[in-house]
Amino acid sequence: MNSYPIHIKPFGKSAVLVEWPFEIDPKILDDILTFKDYLKLKGYSGEEWEIVAAYNSLALINNKKEIKFEEISVRLRELYDQREEGVKKEPRHWRLPVCYDLEFGIDLEELSQQIGKTIEQIITLHTSVTYTVYGIGFLPGFLYLGGIPKDLETPRKASPRLHVRKGSVGLARKQTGIYPQDCPGGWNIIGNCPVPIFDAQKENPCFVRVGDTVSFYSITRAQFDLHTIQAEVGIDLLTKES
Amino acid sequence: MLKVVKSGFFTSIQDNGRYGYRHLGVPVSGSMDQPASRLANAMLENPEEAAVLEITMSGPVLEFTKDTWIAIAGANLSPKLNEVDIDNHSVHRIRSGDRLAFGKHIDGLRGYVAVKGGFDTPEVLKSRSFYKPITEKDHLVAGMEVPYKEVTEFEVKISHVIPSEIHKVLKLSAGPGPEFDILDDNQKELLFNQSFTIAMENNRMAYQLQETLGSHQHPMLTSATMPGTVQMTPGGKLIILMRDGQTTGGYPRILQLTEDSVNKLAQKTFGDTLYFKKES
Repeated sequence: MNSYPIHIKPFGKSAVLVEWPFEIDPKILDDILTFKDYLKLKGYSGEEWEIVAAYNSLALINNKKEIKFEEISVRLRELYDQREEGVKKEPRHWRLPVCYDLEFGIDLEELSQQIGKTIEQIITLHTSVTYTVYGIGFLPGFLYLGGIPKDLETPRKASPRLHVRKGSVGLARKQTGIYPQDCPGGWNIIGNCPVPIFDAQKENPCFVRVGDTVSFYSITRAQFDLHTIQAEVGIDLLTKES
Repeated sequence: MLKVVKSGFFTSIQDNGRYGYRHLGVPVSGSMDQPASRLANAMLENPEEAAVLEITMSGPVLEFTKDTWIAIAGANLSPKLNEVDIDNHSVHRIRSGDRLAFGKHIDGLRGYVAVKGGFDTPEVLKSRSFYKPITEKDHLVAGMEVPYKEVTEFEVKISHVIPSEIHKVLKLSAGPGPEFDILDDNQKELLFNQSFTIAMENNRMAYQLQETLGSHQHPMLTSATMPGTVQMTPGGKLIILMRDGQTTGGYPRILQLTEDSVNKLAQKTFGDTLYFKKES
């Protein structure tokens, strides 16, 4: 098991931030998640503690009381040195359908000119790789997906749209992601995923966890319509591969 | 039922927050001024987590269809019961058919109306706090009905409370955020000595400030944020995240406000002045 130099920083009176080296690296994420699961096992859980892991950091937030920074940083260093592999939940892989029809992929034509690839090539590139979920945030169920092919890297749109449709699949710089709800947004929209990533009515509202992997496969407009109806009536569309 | 006759500027149901889902991107939400909402509940001997109405600047017009007691706290928005002025920070007996309205905005920004037993809107992810799309709506609109239980017997023990003073100039206590050290000495000096003005863009998610601190190019990987996190954009704009604020962000976090300061800021609005004070 790799060990990394970690930094522990105060984050207000009730939280503390643990930082790993400034890199987007699946091995670092793996170490963060191992440590997170170990912390939970050691009592940093329940209603009192919340842990938010993303990219190269882990925030421990106490919901009940103020914490003593010196005390907790010593304790966290001890626990980091003692952490054990094996208690960690295995990452899962999700295959998600995306309809790249121009009706949804409203920026596909512009993007095609910008990066000098045909729309077919963009779809092939986007569906060819496995993405890692480096974080969930910004909106409920918004996945920060890393691992985008270099050829698809593109700046955010100069001016964000006031309204992006729920399910929209976007690209911006080194990231791709799915808008879990209607909202404003500045990413380049290339398609739509009919599988709802977040459902507040479910006991576990988001089936994806940080550390899971995701890949996309292309579906036709007709399949999209069918999936949308299936999702509405609650048929599970997910393809999980372990 | 509580019938919403007029919605007011922004009226919502809030409680002490939705905890335990930040790792899925779900904001904490809850009353922006927690002590004010707790006070309203305390006057009625409600449990702390009872849901209250949060009203913003211009109040709604509400009609009660069942007997109960209410308590009002927070901003003074000139409450009126059946067109008669009533005291803020006090408990009032409500009879079926009574109408609660609000008038002139005297001080503060957000007022709280608690009802005996709490409002009974559906609990979603262990909280009744409105936050779209976790809850169906993010604010009440005319014609909506908010359920509550009829109460005909209650012995009022605390009928009035003296509110904490709302200061004209706000001093926000803050500790260093994780990226505080990206600021140079000049920026740190400005941060703690200059006054800041609340921008037009202020709501339950975040308060932006008008003055800037100078641009920076500090690279960041998205990381956790909380209510009270002060972010600095590449252009030097300061954004203070509030109760509905996102749970992760990609801007440097230069300060973290104390809980007390988040509550006080919730009573301020566009054009108000504030200072940052280094937490001792």
